[in-house]
Amino acid sequence: MSVDTATVKRIASLARIAITDEDAARMAPELGNILGWIEMLGEVDTTGVEPMTAVIPNTLRLRDDVVNADPLTGGGIREQVLANAPAAEHGFFAVPKVIE
Amino acid sequence: MTDLTDIGIAGIRDGVRDGSFKAREVADAFIVKVSQAKALNAFLVETPEHAIAAATAADTAREAGETLKPLAGVPIGMKDLFCTKGVTTTAASHILEGFTPTYESTVSQNLWDAGAGMLGKLNMDQFAMGSSNETSAFGNVISPWKRNDGGNASLAPGGSSGGSSSAVAARLCPGATGTDTGGSIRQPAAFTGISGIKPTYGRCSRWGTIAFASSLDQAGPMARDVRDCAILLEAMAGFDAKDGTSLQLDVPKWEAGLSGNLNGLRVGIPKEYRVDGMPEEIESLWQQGIAWMKDAGATIVEVSLPHTKYALPAYYIIAPAEASSNLARYDGVRYGIRDLPTGAGLQDMYAATRADGFGPEVKRRIMIGTYVLSAGFYDAYYTQAQKVRTLIARDFERAWEMCDVLLTPTAPSAAFALGEKSADPIAMYLNDVFTVPSSLAGLPAMSVPGGLDKQGLPLGLQIIGKPLDEQGVLNAGLAIEQRAGFTARPEAWW
Amino acid sequence: MSDYRIQGDTGEWEVVVGLEVHAQVTSNAKLFSGAATAFGAEPNTQVSLVDAAMPGMLPVPNRECIRQAVRTGMAIEAQINKWSRFDRKNYFYADLPQGYQISQLYHPIVGEGAIDISLDEKNPDATGKRIGVERIHVEQDAGKLMHDQHPTQSYVDLNRSGVALMEIVSKPDLASPAETGAYLRKLRSILRYVGSCDGNMEEGSMRADVNVSVRKPGDELGTRTETKNVNSVRFVMAVVEQEAKRQVEVLEAGGKIQQETRLYDPDRNETRSMRSKEDAHDYRYFPDPDLLPLVLDDAFLAECRASLPELPDAKRARYEALGIAPYQATVLTAEVEAARWFDALLGAGVKPAAAANWTTSELFGALNRTGRDIENSPVSPAQAAELLGLIADGTLSGSLAKQVFEVMLETGDGAAKVVEDRGLKQTSDTGAIEAVIAEVMAANADKVADYRGGKDKLFGFFVGQTMKAMGGKANPAVVNEVLKGALGESVAS
Repeated sequence: MSVDTATVKRIASLARIAITDEDAARMAPELGNILGWIEMLGEVDTTGVEPMTAVIPNTLRLRDDVVNADPLTGGGIREQVLANAPAAEHGFFAVPKVIE
Repeated sequence: MTDLTDIGIAGIRDGVRDGSFKAREVADAFIVKVSQAKALNAFLVETPEHAIAAATAADTAREAGETLKPLAGVPIGMKDLFCTKGVTTTAASHILEGFTPTYESTVSQNLWDAGAGMLGKLNMDQFAMGSSNETSAFGNVISPWKRNDGGNASLAPGGSSGGSSSAVAARLCPGATGTDTGGSIRQPAAFTGISGIKPTYGRCSRWGTIAFASSLDQAGPMARDVRDCAILLEAMAGFDAKDGTSLQLDVPKWEAGLSGNLNGLRVGIPKEYRVDGMPEEIESLWQQGIAWMKDAGATIVEVSLPHTKYALPAYYIIAPAEASSNLARYDGVRYGIRDLPTGAGLQDMYAATRADGFGPEVKRRIMIGTYVLSAGFYDAYYTQAQKVRTLIARDFERAWEMCDVLLTPTAPSAAFALGEKSADPIAMYLNDVFTVPSSLAGLPAMSVPGGLDKQGLPLGLQIIGKPLDEQGVLNAGLAIEQRAGFTARPEAWW
Repeated sequence: MSDYRIQGDTGEWEVVVGLEVHAQVTSNAKLFSGAATAFGAEPNTQVSLVDAAMPGMLPVPNRECIRQAVRTGMAIEAQINKWSRFDRKNYFYADLPQGYQISQLYHPIVGEGAIDISLDEKNPDATGKRIGVERIHVEQDAGKLMHDQHPTQSYVDLNRSGVALMEIVSKPDLASPAETGAYLRKLRSILRYVGSCDGNMEEGSMRADVNVSVRKPGDELGTRTETKNVNSVRFVMAVVEQEAKRQVEVLEAGGKIQQETRLYDPDRNETRSMRSKEDAHDYRYFPDPDLLPLVLDDAFLAECRASLPELPDAKRARYEALGIAPYQATVLTAEVEAARWFDALLGAGVKPAAAANWTTSELFGALNRTGRDIENSPVSPAQAAELLGLIADGTLSGSLAKQVFEVMLETGDGAAKVVEDRGLKQTSDTGAIEAVIAEVMAANADKVADYRGGKDKLFGFFVGQTMKAMGGKANPAVVNEVLKGALGESVAS
């Protein structure tokens, strides 16, 4: 499996990780090696095999429609929600201006 | 007088209960040990006040004649993957520097509710991605063990729970929490001569534990022996309505159920675990383990897990894919660092923050995960890997028709020196070859120390059990522990 | 079939439209957390740790949101998938704290269904068309960005983050602005009957992504554009019209339609391209590993079905069977509140056809005039039934009934009380009517002669004069009968 630097840069862009040309060039063979290694899976005949959905038999539990029943998953905690924000103003998170 | 840092969790618990010593004395003894062990770099944050508060509560309760909680007077170390209210939590990543949760993870809360105190937050591989603790943004953790070759090489404590393994092995805490995604409890336990168990997926709540790979992550205890692991796991486990994958089951009384008598037990030996290039010493330890099992009354059967060799590549698709998505939230908006180059827009800010905040291994895995999920590759990689995962789980189900537990080595080698494998990601990934298959199948699995290699370094044996059969795993582990007589400990050089 | 065509220089073009409607599910709490969903709260006050995607947070689905989606599916006779899954749609934006939206791509909870629309309310059956629904899935809403609060920063409010949406995806079965409007109105009506969405487009409870393409009749489907987040029926219809026209112009000028996302500008009544990086849209969908498959059991489905109300089409059919005119039946069933009101009126034992006439003309007219909606009608169904009863038993004539109704609207009093207080009772006193008619005939001897000479049309004149002389309170039937006798007698003599 060979991965070119353009691919590395496209993936880095999708993953929102800034990358220099130099880093992309360095990562290309490294990712190529890893992807080449995992391509071993192609050998396995998986005809008729369902992809794994739950490792231990279990089905999805549903929550009751009650507001703030558990304070750990309820609202009304703006102070907590904003407590760690790099930039918070007037009760909002602040980010560089987005032009739509 | 006994050194209180030498007696383990059961001993501390019982001693505090019967008044042999005060919980406060225990806490103080460990706090001193922690403060003297900076060279190991096992702790990212020390929280003596937390340990003292819990100890004081235990002592007060005893003086008042109250029934003591299950872990009253026991101070522990907390892997930095667990969010702790008011205590900085970073997953050993620069991107979360300064993050102070306003909430407590379910697992840590369960431990505090059981009376335990916290000595501090333990270093680890960044976002739990690594097998040597070399990916922490805050420096390598050093194993307390040294080779007996006269050299002074710093050894890896294993990973990702390397702070936990190093701290327990160096007697800085009697037990610690770990998390295991592909072997992150078992491999470091094996490297440092301690015990550690990853329970069945869903036993321990994942709520408040920083996610690496959601379908694999499980918390578990790391301690000096099997009994201590059982005690800790009982406190950590339990149903949690906040985690949709939590198992709605009562927590068994694992400690009370401990028995090293394996009469009637069928122990499976998977032939595919005999890999090329495995050191002779590991093979002979495995044979020794088989002999111990027989001695304990078990019968031995050879079983086949034919898809074993595909477990690692499947894991290195599934885990990075989930991680690439789980780690998308670290974007510099709501917590952690923000890197805002002059004139940068929102998307530039994301890219700069993430480039600066994530370490190389985390970036590598995000890149792999992003790639395997991207348009045109999803079915070939991700869907195929989940199908292979089904086959791997099926292998185990077939094996359970013939045996009750499986016995394997924990890791293909003893601890390696720091730097020895960090240049070759795949060589590093291969360290998880024996631990990853059971992770993919969500099975309970544990590592117990079996002996030392020629260099004087610990080697571990792994027991894998049926879903929900932690008791069977612990009992088989206990049988090994009783026969291995593993008493070696690293000499304090730190 | 629609005969809507765009006249281009090269001939006629058809338009092909599909709608993806995002409807906010009516629930107290969010889809995956316990935070509230109420509209208009202070920023970030309805945000849980889960909605803010704090490290280690996990989603647990709200049963009510699942139930509402299933009930909606049942209301459009769609396939309900007993096994469905949530997937993650990965992209980075400031209104999306997790860095992914939890949605359903591969296994939606609701499969194919259909909605019947009609283009002419006066003739609903003859102008009907069945519009296919591809699927309904459940997903999280995003937060909100405010761009006008600060010169260099945008502000993020996560109150909406994690609110449950249903995405209702139609097949490309719509062929005109009118059909598109009718579909959206009908869908809104059904959602409001079911109670799964309040349909409030101003508050953003319903938004549509409008997929439009054009083609020459008989040709393959053309390349489509998607105009995002259109928030009124009128605008959706305008998008279809404008976008179809634009595409025809582009194609006839030799250009190509770009598959792209567009925005509608209501001020200029035009769509324009969102110049975002389309190539970056690789959403990397995969099953959310935090959420196990959603398996619905029979008891749950039975409860969903049992809780469904009578739906607009069924109700309309029932009204028609009661003798109500199709147009009135359509009008009465379009809005759930009106239908509820009218059902209460029917329940009070009135004659259906007369009640429908009165409700659609008198009541709706009065509500229109006074700018009220039916939920705040000053006249209750019981009061209306009383009024209709007085008409039916001859106590009130049509014109008297109008007067009584006006007073009822002003005072809120019951019909009988108004009649009593104001003396508005109709008289059927033959003697009194005969006396008045005699006076009228005497005063208009020339017209009596004309009538008798064959000018039949003058009959109405005599009725009018008689009613006027009696202040409108004479029973028209008695007036007719007596007049016919009085005027006819003389002819005979």
